[in-house]
This record gives sequence, C-alpha cells and structure tokens, in this order.
Amino acid sequence: MTGTHPLILAGSAAETTRLVAYWILAVMSVAAAVCMVLARRAVHCAMLLAVVMLSLACYYAMLGAPFLAFVQIIVYTGAVLMLFLFVLMIVGISAADSIIETIRGQRMWAALAGIAMLVLLSLVVGNAVIGPAAPNSAKFSNGNVTALANLIFTRYLYPFEIISALLIVAAIGAMVLAHRERTTPKPTQRELAAHRIASGRPTPLPGPGTYAQHNGADMPALLPDGSQSELSVSPVLSGRAGETPRELPGATAVSPPPQQTAGSVAGPTSGGGQEAGEQ
Amino acid sequence: MTGSVHAALVPHAAAIASLHATGIQDAAGLLLAFPLLGAAILLLGGKRTNSWGHLVGVAMPVLAFAYGLAAFVQMLGYPAAQRSRELILYQFINVGRFQIPMGLRLDQLSICFVLLITGVGSLIHIFAVGYMSHDPERRRFFGYMNLFLAAMLLLVLANNYLGLYAGWEGVGLASYLLIGFWQYKPAAAVAAKKAFIANRVGDAGLSLAIMLMFAQFGSVTFTGVFGAVHSASHGIVLAIGLLLLLGACGKSAQVPLQSWLLDAMEGPTPVSALIHAATMVTAGVYLIVRSAPIFDLSPGARLAVAIVGAVTLLWGAIIGCAKDDVKKALAGSTMSQIGYMMLAAGLGPAGYVFAIAHLLAHGFFKAGLFLGAGSVKHEMNDEVDMRRFGGLAIAMPITFVTFTLAYLAIIGVPPFSGFFTKDPIIDAAFAHGGTSGALLGTAALLGAGITAFYMTRVMLMTFFGERRWDENVHPHEAPPIMTAPMIVLAIGSVGAGGFLILANRLLNFLGPVTGVPPVLRGIWTPVGGASLGLVVVGAAIAWVLYGRREVPVTAPAGNLVTVAARKDLYGDAINEGLLMRPGQWLTRLSVYFDNRGVDGLVNTVAAAFGGSSGRMRKVQTGFVRSYALSMLVGAVLLVGTFLLVRL
Amino acid sequence: MVSPAHFIALAVILFVIGAVGVLVRRNAIVVFMCVELMLNACNLAFVAFARMHGALDGQVIAFFVMVVAAAEVVVGLAILTAIFRARRSASVDDANLMKY
Repeated sequence: MTGTHPLILAGSAAETTRLVAYWILAVMSVAAAVCMVLARRAVHCAMLLAVVMLSLACYYAMLGAPFLAFVQIIVYTGAVLMLFLFVLMIVGISAADSIIETIRGQRMWAALAGIAMLVLLSLVVGNAVIGPAAPNSAKFSNGNVTALANLIFTRYLYPFEIISALLIVAAIGAMVLAHRERTTPKPTQRELAAHRIASGRPTPLPGPGTYAQHNGADMPALLPDGSQSELSVSPVLSGRAGETPRELPGATAVSPPPQQTAGSVAGPTSGGGQEAGEQ
Repeated sequence: MTGSVHAALVPHAAAIASLHATGIQDAAGLLLAFPLLGAAILLLGGKRTNSWGHLVGVAMPVLAFAYGLAAFVQMLGYPAAQRSRELILYQFINVGRFQIPMGLRLDQLSICFVLLITGVGSLIHIFAVGYMSHDPERRRFFGYMNLFLAAMLLLVLANNYLGLYAGWEGVGLASYLLIGFWQYKPAAAVAAKKAFIANRVGDAGLSLAIMLMFAQFGSVTFTGVFGAVHSASHGIVLAIGLLLLLGACGKSAQVPLQSWLLDAMEGPTPVSALIHAATMVTAGVYLIVRSAPIFDLSPGARLAVAIVGAVTLLWGAIIGCAKDDVKKALAGSTMSQIGYMMLAAGLGPAGYVFAIAHLLAHGFFKAGLFLGAGSVKHEMNDEVDMRRFGGLAIAMPITFVTFTLAYLAIIGVPPFSGFFTKDPIIDAAFAHGGTSGALLGTAALLGAGITAFYMTRVMLMTFFGERRWDENVHPHEAPPIMTAPMIVLAIGSVGAGGFLILANRLLNFLGPVTGVPPVLRGIWTPVGGASLGLVVVGAAIAWVLYGRREVPVTAPAGNLVTVAARKDLYGDAINEGLLMRPGQWLTRLSVYFDNRGVDGLVNTVAAAFGGSSGRMRKVQTGFVRSYALSMLVGAVLLVGTFLLVRL
Repeated sequence: MVSPAHFIALAVILFVIGAVGVLVRRNAIVVFMCVELMLNACNLAFVAFARMHGALDGQVIAFFVMVVAAAEVVVGLAILTAIFRARRSASVDDANLMKY
C-alpha cells in the first residue's frame, strides 16, 4: 500500500521482518519476565520489567498503535517504573528475598495453578476465532492520534472524565498516605546548630573514598592509620544484604557503622566483619 | 310416710321430671354457702382466727344440718310424685350449643345424703374439737373439713354430672389436704399423694363418661341424660356404665383402685371417720345409684358393678383380719362394707334401696367405730397397735359401750342396724338368680362371717384381756366433748337400720327415684338365718383365737394368708409391678433417649459445626500470598467453567 | 506471517508469568511489579484485538488501562511507604495479622 507511514512496513519483506522482530522480541520479553520473577534483588526486577515494557512498546508500534507505543515508553516505562525505583530507594534495597519459601506448598501450588492457567487460557485462545489483522488504514498509522481522540472525546467521554477524576483522587490519596506528621515542632536552624555543637562532632561527615581504581559511593574512605572510616559510607549503601564490605587490600575489616551516633571513629575495630543488614 | 309399696310410679320417671323448688327449698344454695363460708373464714383468716376458729368450724355444719332438716320437712309435705325439686344457681357454661346451668336438685336421694353428711358431719366436727384440742393447727383442720363438707354437698346436690364432677374433685382435694394434714410426717405426705393419684385414675373414668354423655346426648344434666339414654346404642351405654364404675372404684376404694384407703388412715381420726367411712367413700355408691337409669339399660355394666362389689367385700374383709393397727382394720372393714353397697347397687332396682339403707346405717356405726378408735388412740398417747391395747373396757367405759353397740350393728346381730340392712343385700344377691346370683350371694354370705371374725378380733384385742399397755400410758375416759357425739352415733347404730327398713319406710321414700324391688321378702328369711349362723361361727372362732389365748405383744409370723393380708393382699405390689415399674422404665428410657438421642443429635450438630469451622478457619493463614493463590485457583476454575460451557 | 494470534499467545504467557510471580515473591514492590506485568499483558491483548477488529476501541481501552495502572501504582506505593515506615519491613508475609 502506498502512502503509509515509514514505520509501517509493507510487503513480504516487511512480513519477514515482522516475523523476525516478533520472535526476537518475544523471546527477549519472556526471558526477561521469567528472570524478573526469579531475580533476588529488587532493582534487577525493575530493570527486567523495563525490558519487557520496552519490547511491548515495539509490539504496539507493530500492531498499528504508534500513539500507544510512545505513551508506553513515556508514561509506563518512564514514569511508572521510575516511580517504582524511587520507592525502592526509599524503602530500602537492603532486603533481598531469600530463596526459602515460608508457606508450605505455596510454590507447588503456584506452579500448578500457573500451568493450569496457561493450559486453559491457551485452550480459550485456541478456540476463539482470531482472524487476520484488519487491512491497514489511516487510523492505524498516520491518523492514529486523530482517530483515538475522536473516540475518546465522543464515545468514551464518560470514562475519560471519570478517569480524570480518578487521577486527581489518586494524587491526593498518595499525598495523604505518604504524609508524615510532625510530632515535634520543626527544629529551627539555631536548634540544629546547637545540637550539632553539643554532639561533639561539629564537622560534616567524611565523604566516600573514590580513587582511580574505584568509582563507587560505597567505597569507604581511609583514615590516616590505614583503617576504613565507617562514617564515610552512607548507611543505606553499607546496609546492603549479602555484601561484604568492600575492602582495600591491606585495610582492616570494618564493623557495621552505628546509626549516626557520636562514637569514636579511630581505633582498630575488633571482631570479624559481620554480615551487614537484614537477611 | 305416704304411699305403699305398690304406689311406685314408672321407675325413674321422677328421676327425669323435676319441678322447680319453692319456699325454703329455694334457698338450697345455703347448704353450700355455710360450709364454704366457714372454710373461707378459717383458711383466709389465718392465725387471727385461731382462738375461735373451731367454733365457726362446728357452727357451719350444724347450720347446714338445720337447713337440711327444714328442707326435708318441707319435702315430706309434698306428694310422692312431686318431691324432686330443682333450682338453678347460675349459668355455668354458656357457649353456643354447650349450655350447663349450675343447679341443685333436692330429691329424696339427695336429701338422704344431705342429712347424713351434715348430721354425722356435725357430730364428728364436735368430736374433733376435743380430739384436736392439742394441735396448734386446729383452725386449718376445720377449714379443710368445712371445705370437704361444701364439696361433698355439691356432689350430692348437683343436678348435672359436671357439678357432680366438681364436687367429686373437691372432695378429692379435701381428702388429700386432710390425709396429709400433718405434713411433716413423710408417711402422711406419701399417703395423701397415693390417695390423690388413685382417685385421679378413677376421675379419668368419670370425666370420660361425662364427655361421652355430652357427645351422645348433648347434655350433662340428669334430666337431659336420663331422658335421652334410651336412644343410645348398647355399646355406648355399656361404655358409660363401665366408666362410671371406674370413677366409683376410685372414690370408694373398690378393687382395682383400693390401695389408697388403708394408707389414708395416716390422717387424723375425725378425717378417717368422716371422709373415709361415712361420706366420701360412699360417693361412688351415690354415683351408681343416681345413674340408675343408665345402669338399668346395661346388664353388662350392672354385672360388672356387682362383681366389683363382691370381690371387694371379700378383699377388704381378708385384709381386715390381719391388721394390728386398729384404724387400718376398720379401714379394711369400710372397704368391705362399701363392697356390700356396690354389690347391692349392681343388682338393679332390687338392690338400690338396700344399698342406700346400708349406706346410711353404715354412716352411723362406722363413724361410731372410728370415733371410738380415735378416743382410744387419744387416750393411749396416739398408739394404734392393738397388740398394745387390752383391758380397756374398764378404763374407758363410755367408749366401750358405744363401740360395742356399733360392733353389734356391723356384724349384723338383730335388732341392731346391720341386721336389717345387710341381710336384704345377701337376699337380693341370691334372688338375682343363675350362677352369678349364687356366686355373689355366697361371697356376701362368707363376707358376713369374716366380718364377724375380724370385728370380734378388734373388740377382744382392744377392750378385753390383759393390759398390754406401755409404761407411761394411763387411759381414762375421753372428755364429754368427745363422748357426746359417740353416744349419739351409738343411738343411730342401734336404731337406724331398723328405722329405715321396717315398715318399708326407706323403700317408700326412695322408691320414686330408684325403683323398688320386684319381690320383697320379710325380715326373717332362710338366707338371713344362714348369715346369722355364719356370724356366730365367725365370732366364736375369733373368741377362740383371741379371747381365750393370750395376745402376743409382737405380731407372730402368720400363715400364708395372714402374710398376704398384712401386705394388703399384695395390692401395692401389683400396682408397683404393673404400673410403677413400667412407668419408671419408660421415664428412664425417655431420659436416656433425650440425653443420648436428642441431646446427642443437637450436640453432634453443634460439634460438627464447631469442628468444621475450627478446621476451616485454618484456611485463613493471614498471608497475602495464600489469598492470592486462592484467587488464582478460583480464576482458573472460572476459566475452566467458561470453557466447558462454551465448548 | 504474524497474526494477532501470536500476540495473544504472548500476552497469555506474560500474564501467567506475572500471576505466578505475584504468588512467589515476598518483596512487596516486586509483587507490584508482577502485577504491572499482568496489566501490560492485558494491554497487549487489547491492542492485538483492536488490530484484528479494525477498530480503535481496543486501543482506547488499553490507554485507559494505562492511566488506571498509573494511578494504582501511585496509591499502592504510597501505601507501601506508609506501611514500611510503620513496620520497617517490606515483606508481604509480615502483614499477617489476619491470621486465624
């Protein structure tokens, strides 16, 4: 067909391209989904989910929904998933899921139910009449946005309005839920300063040590005697589970840092390194 | 007295027709009002009336007797055919077709009973003033006695079966209250309960009879029922008759409901004298005689009555022979004498008059015997075992004389009462004819002999022989308030029988109501001679056994018959075996079934719910993932169902 | 030749993987992400059917689903944050007070 959008491929070459693209993306998204379910670290799950969402965006483009493809990338992957990552940071990525299942028989039943669902849905799908794709028309390519707008603002006006209201409510709801009520009056600058002087450590905390070899905020700084300074690493980072504190060769082990307390910094630490953070 | 033997009308015509009461008789409600008023004052007044309560208690029966006498005199003024008078007190039930006016009927039969009840009743009340003088509850006693009088008068005066039933129940209640008067004695309480329950069985029969009457005839008044009874089928009339007999057996302590009478002697002696000798136990005879039109239409029912009477007269006589308690011996005698009355009533018009005559005479001499026994008991510190009496004739002369006169009357020695009233019954039994007549007559004859035996035994053991008293017993004669009634009753014992039978007085008087015997023999008959001979033989045997030999203080082991008689001829054992034990088993069975079955079922249901809910709540693990799993499984099932439906 | 059926099949597979992931993971945020995966699979199915029918209604619905999913994520993560502040734990197993 002529006058189609450059993105929409036509002809048998287009068909083969499509097929290949489909299969690559399919394998990639399924693998990413499976790994997402199995990954131990939450951040890895988020990244893998991003892979799935991006491949879905490609599928939308393939299916003649360019608007949706871009919305998927911008809103879903860009906003929603990033929101996930933000909250992950707040909540703490120190907790990694352990492998051990606490509920008896949960995995077996989940697997069984999953397989059953798969079989049944396949049967449903197999029995449904899924015809060929409709012929290409403007609304699947150039005129997609116009046609969508036509539908949204005429036939689906009510749902549109209601969803707008829903969004507002959700925003307000999130503000209410995440609100933190102050139980004590906000400390003034003067109070903060007085507290700081009284704590015995008026100076700021040392920054992390970054050297030519390492570029991580989790690298502890070295003190004059060669020992690592616990105060230089953010407790969020040092609390990561399963992580042995990174060491420089020759440096002594670091004990888990106290939570922002005034304690002695110098001196060799005793005891072996413990696993930091919760399992 | 007007009229002769042959002036009898069509039998029972007067039973049906009844005129309205006029004059003094119109106030017949007073007969009920006086004792009821007395009962109300004494029972509701409480302890305040303690000091003068007995005076009220005595005054009421005396006033009632005075009125009864006046009504009787007025009745004598009427011609024989017009002596049956009725008056309506008020409309008791007024529901559509079911109309029962509460009325009183003053006819010859009821006036006899009224005079007996109030007359003998007044004498016994006077006796009781002295007998119960040491009892702090004397006022309550007189309250109950007046209540009894009111109920008994209602029984004999009612003009319908329902009023009769009301009086019937009332005397049952009064009997219960009075037998168990000394409530703190367990034996008395048990005896009262036993009497009430045995009576209740009989009452069931009577109430069923009344229900049948109403169902069949649409009425329960005497005039209504007797007028309509001709139209009923034989089966119905037989059923009514047998049910009435059952009621009479309960009230009159006839076999098979006889077991309560001997236990009823736990009550005070005036109670035994009035209720369980003279009046209440004769209510059964009254019922049979009053229902004569019904019985006359059913020979089967009549035969049943006669057989019951004959069996009971022997039963009571045998029991009376072996009892050492003087009151229980007299109670056995009462049972036996009422058996005579029932036998006479079961012989039809040939015997009704003699039954009433014997009833009236029996009222005198049995009350006299009981009052004598009460006087002896009172003086012997409430001892009743005759084995501890002896030689009292000299210590208590007046009691001895009155008792002897009553004794001679009961055994039927001429010219005392029993001779005139008992022999015609035996005569009528033989005259009944056929094997039944012969058997009944023989039984009655034998009963006469046994009566003589045991009454002589009582006399000898109590008044003659060695003094077998306890150490601190010093009997002397009873106070005049107690001996005066005994003397009056002794006069009645002597003369009542002769007065009633000679010159056919009672016959002519009662004839219009009960019918007259077809054949009347004279006073001296061969049967009468035979019975007299048996009396002498019986008395002689008793004298040989108890008069000549020393009476042992402790009862010796007797032969088989004695042992059986001491146990009331196993009457209690039969009741227990036939009724009590099965009843208890039934109760235990139903309790068991209720506990295990019903409760088990209910508890099992509850336990099932509890258990299953206990198990099911383990589903709620609290884990979100378990809930998610169940949601997924549910979704799988839904999809599967969807597939199944659509495939 | 890629027909909408392929896409539907893929959607089914992704949906099931997401469902199993919800059941198996304990970290609340990861559970959320698996729910997002399920929603995305549904979106794919919608768009595929829209293409099959030749009408854009499926796309409109998919659009709305995205909006609602966004709102849901906002509120859900706010709740999660609140819970985390109270209990210092992000594991769904720790919220088991509804236990019998």
